[in-house]
Amino acid sequence: MNIAAVITSQFRSLWTVLQHTFTKADTVEYPEEMPALFPRYRGRIVLTRDPDGVERCVACNLCAVACPVDCIALQKAEDEHGRWYPEFFRINFSRCIMCGFCEEACPTYSIQLTPDFEMCEYDRQNMVYEKEDLLIDGTGKYHDYNFYRVSGKSIGGKDKGEAENEGEPIDIKSLLP
Amino acid sequence: MNESIGSPLQIAGILIGVILTAAWLIWVERRMIGIWQDRLGPNRVGPLGLGQVIADMIKIFFKDDWIPPFADKAVFVIAPVIIMVTMLTAFVVVPFAPGIGIIDFNFGLLYFLALSSLAVYSAVLAGYASNNKYALLGALRAAAQTVSYEVFMGLSLMGVVMLSGSFNLREIVEAQRDGWFCISQFFGLLVFLIAAVAESHRSPLDLPEAEQELIAGFHTEYSGMKFGMFFVGEYLGVTLSSAMIVTLFFGGWLGPVLPPLVWFCLKTTIGILFFVLLRAALPRPRYDQLMMFGWKVMLPIALVNLVATGGVALWLES
Amino acid sequence: MPTIEIDGRSYEVEAGANLLSACLSQGLDLPYFCWHPCMGSVGSCRQCAVIQYRDAHDVQGRIVMSCMTPAADGARISIEAPEVKAFRAEILELLMTNHPHDCPVCEEGGECHLQDMTVMTGHTFRQYRGKKRTHRNQYLGPFIHHEMNRCIACYRCVRFYRDYAGGDDLGVFASHNHVYFGRHEDGVLENEFSGNLVEVCPTGVFTDKTLSEHYTRKWDLQAAPSVCVHCAVGCNISPGERYGKLRRVINRYHGEVNRYFLCDRGRFGYGFVNSDRRLRKAMIEKQPAVSGEAAQQRLSFLLAQQRGKVIGIGSPRASLEANFALRERLGADYFYAGFGVDEHPLITAIAEIMQSSCARIPTLREIEQSDAIFILGEDVTNTAPVMALAVRQAVRNASFEIADRLHIPRWQDEAVREAAQQEKSPLFIASCDRTRLDDVATATFRKAPDDLARLGFAVAHLIDPEAPAVTDLSEQERSEAEVIAGALKRAKRPLIVSGSGCGSLAVIQAAANVALALPEKAKALSLVVPECNSIGLAMMQGRLLNEAFQLASTGAVATVIVLENDLYRRAERVVVDRFLAEVEHVVVIDHIGHETAEQAELVLSAGTFAETEGTLVNYEGRAQRFFPVLAPADDIRSAWQWLSDAPGQTDWRHVDDVISALAQRLPRFQSCRDAAPFASFRITGMKIPRQPPRYSGRTAMRANITVSEPKAPDDSDSALAFSMEGAESARPPALNPGFWAPGWNSNQSVIKFQDEINGHLRGDDPGVRLIREAGRASWFREIPDAWRVLSDQWLLAPIRHIFGSEPLSALSAPLAERIPEPYLALNPDDASRLEVGEGESVELELLPQMERRVLTVRLSAELPAGVAGIPVGLPGLPGTAFWKAAKLGTIS
Repeated sequence: MNIAAVITSQFRSLWTVLQHTFTKADTVEYPEEMPALFPRYRGRIVLTRDPDGVERCVACNLCAVACPVDCIALQKAEDEHGRWYPEFFRINFSRCIMCGFCEEACPTYSIQLTPDFEMCEYDRQNMVYEKEDLLIDGTGKYHDYNFYRVSGKSIGGKDKGEAENEGEPIDIKSLLP
Repeated sequence: MNESIGSPLQIAGILIGVILTAAWLIWVERRMIGIWQDRLGPNRVGPLGLGQVIADMIKIFFKDDWIPPFADKAVFVIAPVIIMVTMLTAFVVVPFAPGIGIIDFNFGLLYFLALSSLAVYSAVLAGYASNNKYALLGALRAAAQTVSYEVFMGLSLMGVVMLSGSFNLREIVEAQRDGWFCISQFFGLLVFLIAAVAESHRSPLDLPEAEQELIAGFHTEYSGMKFGMFFVGEYLGVTLSSAMIVTLFFGGWLGPVLPPLVWFCLKTTIGILFFVLLRAALPRPRYDQLMMFGWKVMLPIALVNLVATGGVALWLES
Repeated sequence: MPTIEIDGRSYEVEAGANLLSACLSQGLDLPYFCWHPCMGSVGSCRQCAVIQYRDAHDVQGRIVMSCMTPAADGARISIEAPEVKAFRAEILELLMTNHPHDCPVCEEGGECHLQDMTVMTGHTFRQYRGKKRTHRNQYLGPFIHHEMNRCIACYRCVRFYRDYAGGDDLGVFASHNHVYFGRHEDGVLENEFSGNLVEVCPTGVFTDKTLSEHYTRKWDLQAAPSVCVHCAVGCNISPGERYGKLRRVINRYHGEVNRYFLCDRGRFGYGFVNSDRRLRKAMIEKQPAVSGEAAQQRLSFLLAQQRGKVIGIGSPRASLEANFALRERLGADYFYAGFGVDEHPLITAIAEIMQSSCARIPTLREIEQSDAIFILGEDVTNTAPVMALAVRQAVRNASFEIADRLHIPRWQDEAVREAAQQEKSPLFIASCDRTRLDDVATATFRKAPDDLARLGFAVAHLIDPEAPAVTDLSEQERSEAEVIAGALKRAKRPLIVSGSGCGSLAVIQAAANVALALPEKAKALSLVVPECNSIGLAMMQGRLLNEAFQLASTGAVATVIVLENDLYRRAERVVVDRFLAEVEHVVVIDHIGHETAEQAELVLSAGTFAETEGTLVNYEGRAQRFFPVLAPADDIRSAWQWLSDAPGQTDWRHVDDVISALAQRLPRFQSCRDAAPFASFRITGMKIPRQPPRYSGRTAMRANITVSEPKAPDDSDSALAFSMEGAESARPPALNPGFWAPGWNSNQSVIKFQDEINGHLRGDDPGVRLIREAGRASWFREIPDAWRVLSDQWLLAPIRHIFGSEPLSALSAPLAERIPEPYLALNPDDASRLEVGEGESVELELLPQMERRVLTVRLSAELPAGVAGIPVGLPGLPGTAFWKAAKLGTIS
């Protein structure tokens, strides 16, 4: 161990820190000045719709299981044509740590974090958001993706074999190879 | 000596002044660390955020003054009082300026050393009384650290005593008219500075309350004004240490043009800011490193310094 | 035991195994699809490839399918060699070419064997850019959802459905990558074990429709070790709960009882727990009680009023603890068993035979090993379905013997079947009507119950001349008996199956005689009883229900406590009506609303198997404990709590106290204490969590009610916790809520819990046998006379239905769809004599009460003349077989 280096490093640290007396503070004085937030800022969570305007969430529960604070709860329901959707979708924002794992886990781009963090409440109960509070009218950050166009499950308006990269349903009575 | 030393007016003035300084340090420290970390620090309450001190005071006074049911109640209450009392009584001997002070002891330096040693009882008793493993560990660390650093804290000052030939702090200041002891006693200053940081449990040597390891060490269980007393006690310690460094090594009130009291306050403020800078810049060592550093580095330096100073003093005399 | 070397390490493996099961037995991970521990190997999926080396000098080796290769002594293989890992990943990629992008909307997701194996092989990127083949789905009935796109063509479904369970309406169509697994047209899957396709299918082609109704992923289901309550087999199940509702039931492996499979009644009959007809609030005079305590006080008041005039009626579907609490509260003299008036003597006789006979009571595993079976008067598929599945496997023992002679390993499934062709072990079925096992029977005999008994007695006499002989045997009967007796005598492990199914005591006695006549050490007798705790209740020796009715008519009964029982299912309507009118205060403790409860003054809401803890004794006398999967809400309490909470009554605090008291009071229940560890059991100081480690949504599930999360309910009665925190490993099987192992999210993970593949659970299978074979029993000598057709009167023979004969499962909506309409089965000759045809109405005049009923006719060619089949428990029909005879006539 180089003793001289150890000692000088202490003084160099002191000097370096002291120099910062004259640098400008990085602090943005919110709320007088609004910070510039980027589109991928991890703030309030929303549920988006697919390009056809139907809600994207298929109630697969992956966001809920990815959530480290377990603040997402939902229940799957199914319409008469087999499309899955959440019967309820609840986020307890008083527990949410805005980690964005739910967005990473989401296979349909439904759940997205937005650059909005101004959601304080005096009553904690108001931090519980239901589906009607979360669902927005747009596609959010991903404009083109529509999960059901690539999945094999048939839903209303998309029969078997009509998804991307899908062949016509097999006629099992046919003898042709 | 000056008649006015120890007049009731002075006592009241110094008491209020010292406590206000300590309270004001809360703001100074947060603001300075903010600046050095490219932030702003508290700037919302009052002009420049100075009202923060008042806001903090109001908050801390009105907090629930809670004593844990498992604690040793009497000791738990006494512990924070000890640090306040020892720190405030230590200020008795500080020579602010000619004619300004409370008592002019001939053994002023020894008095200061004695009281600063007593302060460790505060940490030890608090840790013991809390009946909590983190508090106890903090108290043990405080005891060991204080005992270790006490040794060469005293030794480091003996050079100053040899050079000035007195334990009287005012005489030590007067002895520096020819040159501040920070030059001749550079190693003494270094050792005393480090020991003072350790004695007042300041970062980077704040192992008794290292929050990453011990939550808050010996005062884990404290809240409200009892915690406030530890808090203010620490800043009193910082102020006292700075005042003593200024007195012993930087010529106390001596200085041109400006009145002596202003010089003293100015120098003390710079000392305090240096303490804050240490906290802002340096990381905390490991506990074994701290002990190793104390016994194997600081103690030999202090001893060598003592012997060398004695030799030089004898040589000059002969 | 052979020693094989896997990746340079030596392992001792079981003899005769294949490499795949040897590797899995050693805890090594090796992916597979078409292999199933219970169905052997066919080597079709190519997924379980390993490299086999000739000797120590062979560094190249060759790829073999581990499921098709015997684990011979000295074999050297590698699972980890890069070549074979790449091979497996390529095979998986090929299997996945057509697999749709469906996992988020697939019910199998999260417990999918295909997902697990994909992760295991390391296939992460799809290179295939062509079009995926698609298929149209079929409607397969209320239980199973079909999604053919997901199929990877492993053939497991048809191998289970056709080869294992004997179904014939699921097949494979088309060829090459067009293969299609389904029915020839849309329609209900008829087999009683179709629900197992959900677990057998490695991916989401067949999924649980009832779960999909209220879908929850496996990681979100709170589970508990439980026992099926829908028949006397006592299959171990793992029910799953979320949001206070029971969501599904899946199989929980038990090495001696159900092993891998459940019947559809057990799997889909759980709906009654969530039913609207559940009793959730205590009711006093049809008004909801102010509180549970108020109802409890009312009970104490009623009991204090008329000491000595209070009787209790127990129930064969209530736990031992509940029945015992009632018996203790009122005294043994005032405890009536609550069996149907007709079935009480039958079940008492069965329990008596089981406890005194020297015949072994085989477990289902032992039944599978029998090489000759004689079923006397029981339609096992409809009364104890999983036992029928075991019987179906037993007839394959002949083919295993052929395979052994040809040195074909038994797990070489296709080869064994090819070698055996139609060769089957002898199975004789003597019954009133056709049964679902007829297709594998060597011979079937259709007779009236008395004649069945005579056939049994005759067989017994032929095997052992000491057995009482049947005097006036006809020539045909004699030759039938000789065939059966000959086969049983030749067998090494013969088995007699009978039971209370056809409502005849003589049949049961005849079966006992046959078992007794078998040679020493080969005596095996399985007697089927109808309900989950019939044997346990019979062992408690309650009094006859008819005695209670008589006592009430003398005015000696002021209060009756009916425990989990609908009296209208147990006796004639007029009798029950009269009884309930004669008794001043009627108290019903039950979890489900029924006619008896409607007439009760005080209704106390008990918990179902999903909310309470208790012990059930199955058909073989095995006491098994079930644990609550959901915390009881509202006024729901265990029946024993209602009966013991009264101040100063007992010092029972926990269910363990009740069990201890039971073991002390009735020594024959001594060992039921050991059925499962007590509540004080801990693993390194921790309880066992009911929730999987990745249970989600804890802080949001109830946030709509209040954002502050409530404390998880305490379970002071068991070593299980309503939590996801606790002991993750070393759980005793009796307390293991379900199977999961890292990388094995599907129920296939059970291989990680077995001592060897298809073996017992590590740490011993749960439950404890209360009954062991005793000393030699004496012969039954009361042989009935030959039955004669009466010209104007029909004998009513009970017909049991897997769906409908059991009242609780009948309340489950999907299962209710499968319940047949009430009918009367008639021989075509009899029908034409009455001038009625299929679907036409016929009027019954029940004897002796002369009550009149109208039913539609269903023709059954195999019914003996003069016998009419009456389905038990269907709406409007008796819950037990207490209609004995009737005159039939067309509606005037």
